Amino acid sequence: MTTTLPAYDEVVARFEPVIGLETHVELGTNTKMFCGCPTDFGGEPNTRVCPVCLGLPGSLPVANKAAIEAIIRIGLALNCSIAEWCRFARKNYFYPDMPKNFQISQYDEPICVDGYLDVEVGGETVRIEIERVHLEEDTGKTLHVGGATGRIHGATESLVDYNRAGIPLVEIVTKPITGTGALAPDVAKAYVAELRDVIRTLGVSDVRMEEGSLRCDVNTSLNLPGAEWGTRTETKNVNSLRSVERAVRSEMLRQASVLDAGGRITQETRHFHEDTGDTTPGRSKETATDYRYFPEPDLVPIAPDPAWVAELKAALPELPRVHRRRLQQQWGLSDLDMQSVLNAGAVELIEATVAAGTTPAAARKWWLGELSRRANESGVELAEIGATPAQVAELQGLVDAGKLNDKMARTVLEGVVDGEGSPTEIMTNRGLEVVSDTGALTAAVDEAIAANPGIADKIRSGKVAAVGALVGAVMKTTRGQADAKTLRELILERLGVQG
Amino acid sequence: MSDLISMTATEIAALVAGGETSAVEVTQAHLDRIAAVDDRVHAFLHVDTEGALAAARAVDERRAAGEELGPLAGVPVAVKDVLATRGVPTTVGSKILEGWRPPYDATIVQRLREAGTVMLGKTNMDEFAMGSSTEYSAYGPTHNPWDLSRIPGGSGGGSAAALAAYEAPLAIGSDTGGSIRQPGAVTGTVGAKPTYGGTSRYGLVAFSSSLDTPGPCARTVLDAALLHQVIGGHDPRDSTSIPQPVPDVVAAAKLGATGDLTGVRLGIVTEFVGEGAEPGVMAAFRESVDALTKMGAEVVEVSCPTFAYALPAYYLIAPSECSSNLARFDGVRFGLRVGDDGNRSLEEVMSLTREAGFGPEVKRRIMIGTYALSSGYYDAYYGQAQKVRTLITRDFTAAFERVDALISPTTPSVAFPMGARTADPYQMYLADLYTIPTNLYGGPGISVPCGLSEGLPVGLQVMAPTMADDRMYRVAAALESAVGTFTPPTL
Repeated sequence: MTTTLPAYDEVVARFEPVIGLETHVELGTNTKMFCGCPTDFGGEPNTRVCPVCLGLPGSLPVANKAAIEAIIRIGLALNCSIAEWCRFARKNYFYPDMPKNFQISQYDEPICVDGYLDVEVGGETVRIEIERVHLEEDTGKTLHVGGATGRIHGATESLVDYNRAGIPLVEIVTKPITGTGALAPDVAKAYVAELRDVIRTLGVSDVRMEEGSLRCDVNTSLNLPGAEWGTRTETKNVNSLRSVERAVRSEMLRQASVLDAGGRITQETRHFHEDTGDTTPGRSKETATDYRYFPEPDLVPIAPDPAWVAELKAALPELPRVHRRRLQQQWGLSDLDMQSVLNAGAVELIEATVAAGTTPAAARKWWLGELSRRANESGVELAEIGATPAQVAELQGLVDAGKLNDKMARTVLEGVVDGEGSPTEIMTNRGLEVVSDTGALTAAVDEAIAANPGIADKIRSGKVAAVGALVGAVMKTTRGQADAKTLRELILERLGVQG
Repeated sequence: MSDLISMTATEIAALVAGGETSAVEVTQAHLDRIAAVDDRVHAFLHVDTEGALAAARAVDERRAAGEELGPLAGVPVAVKDVLATRGVPTTVGSKILEGWRPPYDATIVQRLREAGTVMLGKTNMDEFAMGSSTEYSAYGPTHNPWDLSRIPGGSGGGSAAALAAYEAPLAIGSDTGGSIRQPGAVTGTVGAKPTYGGTSRYGLVAFSSSLDTPGPCARTVLDAALLHQVIGGHDPRDSTSIPQPVPDVVAAAKLGATGDLTGVRLGIVTEFVGEGAEPGVMAAFRESVDALTKMGAEVVEVSCPTFAYALPAYYLIAPSECSSNLARFDGVRFGLRVGDDGNRSLEEVMSLTREAGFGPEVKRRIMIGTYALSSGYYDAYYGQAQKVRTLITRDFTAAFERVDALISPTTPSVAFPMGARTADPYQMYLADLYTIPTNLYGGPGISVPCGLSEGLPVGLQVMAPTMADDRMYRVAAALESAVGTFTPPTL
């Protein structure tokens, strides 16, 4: 079925979106959630397993204290209440990558509840309410071999790797987010970005979306103003920040077109496709699976000592939002300027560049200017552009030392991004160093004055602004390898004018 | 019958320690006995002849090297097939695990090995420990050595029959609703269910996680206490294991054997001495009460009205947990796999495997449990049963404010004829009527032989507060000193 999607502006003028996000974070504990097997990524299939994470008959789980500490810290950072007593629950369903055919999770007694996370969107603070944060175990991975599609249908064999089975997973669920209107996709993205930064700051996970250590499901529904909330869909396979935004937008457009055509939204799981930016239906939830949750009898309840929780709270690191506010102050930026730094994903990059000795203004200029432009052109995140804060600091050092002028520095930076080496190497290899031999430069200046007597007279008569024309002329003859500031002073000096 | 097989574990350990016999000789005597009688009794599903003799030789070598041996070193033990034994077949009495050799030992099995006991093999049981007669074993029933046409109790009929048939002096059982105590009662042996969490469940193939309790079986109370001491105590691999030392059950058994119960208050559970029990069982029980009184115990009646709801609550909680615990038997990773011909889907193979691998009683309980946990029914069934469990615990707590221990017959009848109850699940469930409350509460219970009815053994149950396992051993040992032990007819 081909349908023409309505325009986004028109959709948000007529419908109100409600979104919700469920985020899974793989914790970076040394061992699995309920056994002593290592958790590191990779490894030959089924080499990081034991009777417990294979669910062999007779084996029993024992909760990993480090994982409980990590989730409590996440809960505290998200302003949640920490339960004084809670339990694990079994979620029962058959699937071959789940060794016990039930997942140990939490149901009606999550460890962290009722929190919030403030995020900045378009200069405004939006408070995202957190419903719950709970702990569970990850499943293994199934690989379908043979057949044309590589999917379960038509596959000749199914292979299961249980290395991932039992890795601790934290699930963070927001309350429904309403009233964001046209900004809904941006709010979703900003929330996931902020959540990622918070968790990274806590040091409990490497939160890499591309490796699956941070995974996001996005719930979306539309309703007419004043009407009840619409039926929601759950979009899975949203594996980058950009995809979070695109998935919400695409689902809003799709639902609007269905509703416009007089159809109804099916409550279902949909899959997001990075390549097309579309979602397609997955498993229907109309006939809800009955997971037959019940308290996990093999595990004792979790009852964190309030004194311990207080200690963990007191020891939380400076969280990203506070950190950013401090940086904004230190860097002397307006809210608007800081917002563009945030939008560009440049906070940490600028911070590291400043730490390497560059002024905040210069660091910001490079990352938001030349490098952001290149990142946009090649469609990559700024952090993946190929230039490091250390290299940017080195480049600015060369400018400050008068060895490169602005134009040359930009050329050198291109080389850095293209992987030609360090700024100093590129400068040397390309022969881009500023002409600092004043003898040669003085000769060039004198030549330019002689060639442009009219301009020279204007300058002498006080129109100092005209000096630019002579600077340009000298630059032309030296092929740009002069420092503009030095050059300007030299011209004025030769003309006997005060600068 | 060789002297070695008729001895208690205590006597064997002393002879081995003193060098008067060797562990190998003792082991061989029991292996010979198994070879002679087990085709009639069928207590064992697997006899590990080589492993047993190797373990016995190791004990003898340690003794020869002058090493100090534990209190049960060199004593043979039969292990219920519910416990994982490294490299030794573990079937749980089910076809679905036929041929499975676990890659690891249950904690209890590991402790038995470390203590120098000699594992003879794995004993028969009702499939997945669901049953009271061992007739639900997928590998054929076990016969009661007192009368081979009768049941040996269940689910641990194999362990109890092995003791009664002198095939082993010690055995391990597991008790979810009475599976140690009821077989003990009907075979004239001693069976103790420790406090829940007092013995490790790690490696015990789960039936009902919140109820399953492994424990000792023996022919005397002291032997049971010695075995309890060896296998009990905290295990970091079992989160529900209690981080406290085992109460001194051996000292308590020795104290009880002096025959003095002065100052001990005992409560007869009113609800368990009514019309439900056979007259012969009640007669033996009443005589035992007299004996306990003569030894100085103060005996009163204590009413525990909620115990009447124990059976229905149990038959919701245990199946609910089992429906989830048994989900892992799907043919994917271990055990039986049926129908994997390359054309069938994974789901079809799982279904065919479970269809062929589970027996009717196991299927019945999986279905009951699945239903009880279903959305919309959870509160009415599983939730309600949990409330009953709380009330039963309150009755126990209130009773133990008045008395030190509760007593009752272990089971309402003597060993019934094979086939008598297989057609009626409810009649089968009634065999555990008196033992189930203890499991729901989590406290310890022991069955000790207290007499005969029509030539068949009757057991008396002593129930104590959680982590007061020593109390029940004292009372049981005292009763044993008064009524003696009971020997079945020669096989």
